[in-house]
Amino acid sequence: MSEIGEHHGALAHHFEDLEQQRQSADLGMWIFLATEIMFFGALFAAYAVCRWMNPAGFSTGTSLLDVPLGTVNTAVLIGSSLTMVWAVQAGHRGDSRSIIRNLVGTLLLGSVFLVIKALEYSHKFHDGLVPGSLFTYGGEQAAGVEMFLCFYFVMTGLHALHMVIGFGLLVWLILLARRGRFTKEYSNPVEGVGLYWHFVDIVWIFLFPMLYLLEH
Amino acid sequence: MNATAHHSESGGHGHHPQPGFLRKYVFSLDHKIIGIQFLLTTLVFFMVGGLLALAVRWQLAWPWQEMPVIGKMLFSDTGNVISPEFYTMLFTMHASVMIFFVVIPMLIGAFANFCIPLMIGAPDMAFPTLNMLSYWFFWPAFLIMGYSFTVEGGAAAAGWTAYPPLSTIETAAPGSLGGQTWWLVALIFVGISSMMGSVNYITTIIKMRAPGMHMFRMPMTVWAMFITALLQAFALPVLTAALAMQLLDRTLQTGFFNPAGLVVNNVTVATGGGQPILWQHLFWFYSHPAVYIMILPAMGIVSDVLSTFARKPLFGYRPMVYSVAGIAGLGFVVWGHHMFQSGMNPALGATFMVSTMMIALPSAIKTFNWLGTLWRGNLIFTSAMLFAVGFISVFAIGGLSGIFMAATPIDIYIHDTYFIVAHIHYVLMGGSAFGIFAGIYYWFPKMFGRTMNESWGKVHFFGTFVAMNCTFFPMHVLGAAGMPRRLADPYHYETFAHLKDLNIFITISALVLGGFQVIFALNFIFSIFGGEKADRNPWRSNTLEWVAPSPPPHGNFETTPIVYRGPYEYASPEVEEDYLPQNVPTPGAAPVPGAAI
Repeated sequence: MSEIGEHHGALAHHFEDLEQQRQSADLGMWIFLATEIMFFGALFAAYAVCRWMNPAGFSTGTSLLDVPLGTVNTAVLIGSSLTMVWAVQAGHRGDSRSIIRNLVGTLLLGSVFLVIKALEYSHKFHDGLVPGSLFTYGGEQAAGVEMFLCFYFVMTGLHALHMVIGFGLLVWLILLARRGRFTKEYSNPVEGVGLYWHFVDIVWIFLFPMLYLLEH
Repeated sequence: MNATAHHSESGGHGHHPQPGFLRKYVFSLDHKIIGIQFLLTTLVFFMVGGLLALAVRWQLAWPWQEMPVIGKMLFSDTGNVISPEFYTMLFTMHASVMIFFVVIPMLIGAFANFCIPLMIGAPDMAFPTLNMLSYWFFWPAFLIMGYSFTVEGGAAAAGWTAYPPLSTIETAAPGSLGGQTWWLVALIFVGISSMMGSVNYITTIIKMRAPGMHMFRMPMTVWAMFITALLQAFALPVLTAALAMQLLDRTLQTGFFNPAGLVVNNVTVATGGGQPILWQHLFWFYSHPAVYIMILPAMGIVSDVLSTFARKPLFGYRPMVYSVAGIAGLGFVVWGHHMFQSGMNPALGATFMVSTMMIALPSAIKTFNWLGTLWRGNLIFTSAMLFAVGFISVFAIGGLSGIFMAATPIDIYIHDTYFIVAHIHYVLMGGSAFGIFAGIYYWFPKMFGRTMNESWGKVHFFGTFVAMNCTFFPMHVLGAAGMPRRLADPYHYETFAHLKDLNIFITISALVLGGFQVIFALNFIFSIFGGEKADRNPWRSNTLEWVAPSPPPHGNFETTPIVYRGPYEYASPEVEEDYLPQNVPTPGAAPVPGAAI
């Protein structure tokens, strides 16, 4: 390993070899994702508490969400994870063209997800299903529904924010790949961003049933 | 472990062009410079936080009286005296500054950054750029917090705990206008910075150790930093989420923490149905582990300093490591003891009580091991050693009062009294700050290539030690007498009127305590430029940072050190000298690094 590493341009000076560098980058990303799990974990815990305090309001809130759009979005996002895996695979082969192709695919699918999400948001604004002064829902359980919507907007909003950050990372990777920075020996950034992207995906996998499907 | 598989000279990668001033001292990627940047900024904030505390003390000793000189400048709007609203802001900002801008970034910004790579024999942190960012993410927090003093209503005034609805409703307090919002934004920046730091520390310690540096050959400082980083990584994001939720409650009209039908100042709060107690749970889920984030690194530093200056191996090295881990693990399941008064299921309260008391076990193991280290050692009372020994004695007082307040029935009586204030200052001022001072005196030669003046250091220690006890010990008495914290004028109530004399004594002691820190500041500044030149290993210590030149260049070591033994081989019978550094092959034994590994 050392022999490969000695003269490789991608080896940072404070690492012994590329293998140590790769392991460090991987480990760092996993620890970062652990902190992210705790971050979303706090929101999930808060959601559980509030739902337990107000079950009727929360199930009414759930019934107001658009399940078909949510389902389509879930499929789209899983698709984007597939292209991401292909990009990581291409990285292991050092195939820059394939990396770029798959990253663009991830970017496109991610955009589709956000467009659909924006559509859902605009429907909610239109129907007055927004917490705060714009809230006009007059049915029973209005207070519970409003509370539910607080969680809906904040959790999906933070999820979307993570995707936007992911877009920035994907564009950065595409630029690196175009400059031919990834080789068979070195594609850590693709792998790291891949982990991040899958994490964001998994958060949605939990959000979708919790917010859209859990009516009772 | 691949790091151990190579003995090549890391100097081989180390030829980079000399960076310019800005790159070398301002936007530096070098962990040592970043550590020193953290140290200098946090020392400035230490002063700010101290002045805020002295203003609090002024009001408690001489309520509604004009401060000499500065009273006219600061409080011309309110008849030259502190207003009650300003007082609330003072203690809120004192705690916020001391906890988030001083103790935490000092211990795990300054010391972790400076010490970890040096002590494990690495050329730098695993992610130097991330490291630089973790420092620069602090600056928005500094600026925003500073700016918040100038907004309408002044800086945050809901206490550092920021309990809703006081903190979430703008009309609840003047500081809840804009100040609270900026407070939240600033702390989110602090959170992101600390997250970057902990990711870096954990990765560096796991992946960057020098050949032969097993986990159980790491000095206690590194162990403590490692476990602290884990605490931070798992606890802090919860606070960040809670801060974001409170920020949204304040700005985008969500209602996570506002109860339904809440009326404040005759105004019904629109959004509701949330749980004020939810904030308390989320807040303390971080902020109790934060107490250990603020003490464990200090414990690590003290362990290293004690062993070095007792010229004896650290007593019970492995139990020390397990105790740190035990304290950290238990630290995650005790947060409810801050909320006995908030209402909870008695069964849950009892659980929190028992788990809290269990923390006394690993803490006692550590204390007795420190005493065992000192036992019959050849003690050398340098300033660093004095602060380390001082740490043990005052920390023991703070730790013992902690067991008191863990007991629910007692806690319900002393909750929010000065007893709590006494406790937290014994563990933070007597504990964390003494550990910090010990660390500064100890590593100053490595940081700046010069030693601090020892005579003034001893003056600083004795003055601080006496004044600190005179300041904080009587607070136990105030608390037992029932004096509540956070009141601008407790003497307004007849019950507490007789406590005023004791409060005057405390304030005078606090002023003296502040005065002795001026000696430290002057000693620090003059020693950077005019201190006695230090060689590589002025304390004749065993750990790897003393193998590098003082101060170490970018890249730290001339050749990658190889580690043959644990960090505490003082008074070893194998050698003439009374110390045997980690990187020196065993005398007489054939130098076979592979065998040692």
